[in-house]
Amino acid sequence: MKRDYVNIGKRLPRIDGIVKATGEAKYAADLSLPGMLHGKLLRSPYPHARILNIDISKAKRLPGVRVVVTGKDTIGFKAGGISAKGDEHYLALEKVRFIGDAVAAVAALDEEIAEEALNLIEVEYKELPAVVDPVAAMQEDAPLVHDHAPKNISYKADLFYGDVDKAFKECDYVREDRFETAPIRHGFIEPHAALASWDNSGKLTFWGSKQSPYFTYRNMAKALNVSLSRIRVVQPYIGGGFGGKNEMFNVDFCAALLSQKTGKPVKIVVSQEEVLFAYRQRHPTLIDLKTGLKKDGTIMALEANIIADGGAYLSIGAMSLYLMCAFFCMPYRLPNMRTKGYRVYTNTQPSCAMRGHGIPQIRFAAEVQLDIAAKEIGLNPLDIRLKNALKPGETTPNGFKITSCGFEESITESKRIIARWMEEKPRDDGGKIKRGIGIGCYGFVSGPRVAGHNTAGAVIKVHEDGGISLFTGSTDAGQGSDTILSQIAAEVLGVHLEDIRYGMVDSDVTPVDPGTYGSRVTFITGNAVRLAAEDVRNQLAEVAATSLEANPKDIVFKDRKVFVAESPERCLPFDKLVKIAQYSGTGKTILGRGYWAPEGLEVVNFETGKGNMSATYSFGTQVAEVEVDTETGFIKATRMAMVHDCGQPINEMLMEGQLEGSAIGGVGHTLMEEIIRKDGQTMNPSFLEYKMPTTMDACDVEIVHTDTYDEVGPFGAKESGEGIQVAVVPAIVNGVYDAIGVPFKRIPITPEMVLKALKK
Amino acid sequence: MKKEIKLKVNGFEYDLSVKPHWTLLDVLREQLGLTGTKKGCEKGECGACTVIMNGAAILSCLVLATQAQGKDILTIEGLSKDGKLDPLQGAFVKYGAIQCGFCTPGMIMTSRALLNKTPQPTEEEIKRGLSGNLCRCTGYVKIIEAVKNASAMEESK
Repeated sequence: MKRDYVNIGKRLPRIDGIVKATGEAKYAADLSLPGMLHGKLLRSPYPHARILNIDISKAKRLPGVRVVVTGKDTIGFKAGGISAKGDEHYLALEKVRFIGDAVAAVAALDEEIAEEALNLIEVEYKELPAVVDPVAAMQEDAPLVHDHAPKNISYKADLFYGDVDKAFKECDYVREDRFETAPIRHGFIEPHAALASWDNSGKLTFWGSKQSPYFTYRNMAKALNVSLSRIRVVQPYIGGGFGGKNEMFNVDFCAALLSQKTGKPVKIVVSQEEVLFAYRQRHPTLIDLKTGLKKDGTIMALEANIIADGGAYLSIGAMSLYLMCAFFCMPYRLPNMRTKGYRVYTNTQPSCAMRGHGIPQIRFAAEVQLDIAAKEIGLNPLDIRLKNALKPGETTPNGFKITSCGFEESITESKRIIARWMEEKPRDDGGKIKRGIGIGCYGFVSGPRVAGHNTAGAVIKVHEDGGISLFTGSTDAGQGSDTILSQIAAEVLGVHLEDIRYGMVDSDVTPVDPGTYGSRVTFITGNAVRLAAEDVRNQLAEVAATSLEANPKDIVFKDRKVFVAESPERCLPFDKLVKIAQYSGTGKTILGRGYWAPEGLEVVNFETGKGNMSATYSFGTQVAEVEVDTETGFIKATRMAMVHDCGQPINEMLMEGQLEGSAIGGVGHTLMEEIIRKDGQTMNPSFLEYKMPTTMDACDVEIVHTDTYDEVGPFGAKESGEGIQVAVVPAIVNGVYDAIGVPFKRIPITPEMVLKALKK
Repeated sequence: MKKEIKLKVNGFEYDLSVKPHWTLLDVLREQLGLTGTKKGCEKGECGACTVIMNGAAILSCLVLATQAQGKDILTIEGLSKDGKLDPLQGAFVKYGAIQCGFCTPGMIMTSRALLNKTPQPTEEEIKRGLSGNLCRCTGYVKIIEAVKNASAMEESK
């Protein structure tokens, strides 16, 4: 749908581009305060052990050390869980549960002294038997990671709709397979860093690399037993999050605690190696999947059993497991479903949310199995998807209401793209390289409704020269939301993007916000910004109406001007209007306020899984062309196409950047990345040995968006960039299936796996 | 025991007191306040700490401050002249090659050294040249496009 916008849909450079290109943008580790001390964390070398004693006396005596803290210096607050109880101390008290669990922290004059002090802390551990495999962890005789969790089950889910047993009997074709996904990293280049400054009036100011500062704001108050109004969380620039910087971590807590104890600002910067072995990962999964279809390709029933390795702590894992179980219902019609899952504790790195949040793993299984089914039934993989694609107006069995939906369009467009690609390149030139094309599809949320606060707020201040300051509680972790939100404000107010100044999150000033996760910011905060801007526009329209002798309803704001709808020659420049407003009478203060959350959404019942999770869903199809070298086993993604439905894209260029990032990230997920552990020890905690895509892995990415417009989204927009991550993995795996006839059921696909399969 | 050294950074000379094992990266960030150069991994694996030393792109986390004496060092802060962005910086902004921005200074410095040496690189040369700079956000597509455009712009001058 083509609409006549000034800012929306345009390829506008991001508003923080220049300060990032010049090195002026300050990230948490770049900040300094006078008298600042440096902190370091001491971590457990054992996967499972009881802490018998910690002797900090030698460490305390090292010249330059100001304070050493252990779990005994805390109130024992346990973090984690949404509708479940927290289980993670920021500094371990009785036990350590994975290699990397923090047991002590030091603040000293510089990093080197702090590091030396760590070596002087004497911890007496009693090693306990460790369990590092989730299946072993669920056995009767397995050591318990947490006393409160028998069989090491940290969360379980059992969602069922319709009657799968009956439906399977009526299917013409039933397929069962086991799939496996390895643990992978978020991979943000900026390590965790925190700077905390406690003053003697009992107020804490905190700067940290957090993609959702308000989680830290709340947890910090609880963990330090201080009232919320004494905590101020300020957000610097963030060097990527991908879901791995949502939670408050030990580094954040210890910076604050050390500052409280010393009365000095304390900065802690974690090393990349620590990021890679001591923080979070994507849930590795084992999925037993059974799908039943009719011979015409209609999907009738699906049954899944999922074992997700949650590592040592719950984190956000309950939500992760729920999403894994629930999202088998998207993006195809599925009348009968039963998905059971266990999230299991093991003595390894804790798992949390990562781009796609559990859904990439399960959709990999579903999409690959669907391709196998298509082949065996004798149907084209695209046709089988078209047959089952959800349409606008449908509701899934668990209650997801599909409103705007360009899914069918994305499949038909992908068909055209594939036809063109097949003409351009031969499938097989008889040599060792085999070429294949595969697809994957997705449906995703635009901001999930979870229990608790789900409303975004925005505040707009108008400057005397017509400039605009916009404040929300939402954080840009690199995805570009600062720019998107500013564009929305600019469009409503009829000004240009460069007239907007975006204020980054400061909990003293900005409205509370649930956070940057679940692809919620454009959709939810975007609407709050739209409302705040409309509030300002209404205030100014009153003034303009008086000046231009018209009805406020007839005043149009466009292109830095305001004019009367039917007689545009009666106009004022925007900045002049503002001056009239601010200087007439005793002077008006123009401040706009808006807050928004999707209406009419029930909070999902996590027991039954029933409930509409999101006000709208995005959809799409990913196409991947791959080349398999049958001599070396190496697979290369040679080009990709994404046909996606994000409603109206707010910024074409930023949207492309997000999709391209997702595409190449998917190449890593499918072909390169894997955390390798032995007995709980991470063997590859470095960028050298944990291979992430480089420029050499980049390929051409064609991007097409469907012609859809969401009635609820700001200017018709829905999420973009996270949903597609769900589809990239199966597109590549299915491409390999097409190339060499082997459907791999484990990711990443290694060259060894390829060669072994080819031998058979 | 600290050593007295002289460093020339972005055209200015500095008298500094450094420990022998301190890296150029640490000295740039902590002593000179030039925080534009980022510490990503401290092991030479991510490229975020790239600066240009005597015309070559180097990893400042793997160079001792004492080794940098007598050399001409250019950091991201030294690229723009009189408030005017370097063509690469302008291209990165214009073509959407920046997302979280953390890899950006290193990426731009590596690109700058590449274009200085090879003013009209092919796409393959750009990819190879930047293969030591990790980015998790962009997928590299627009970074490669930005470098191509900057080199075309510089050629037309």
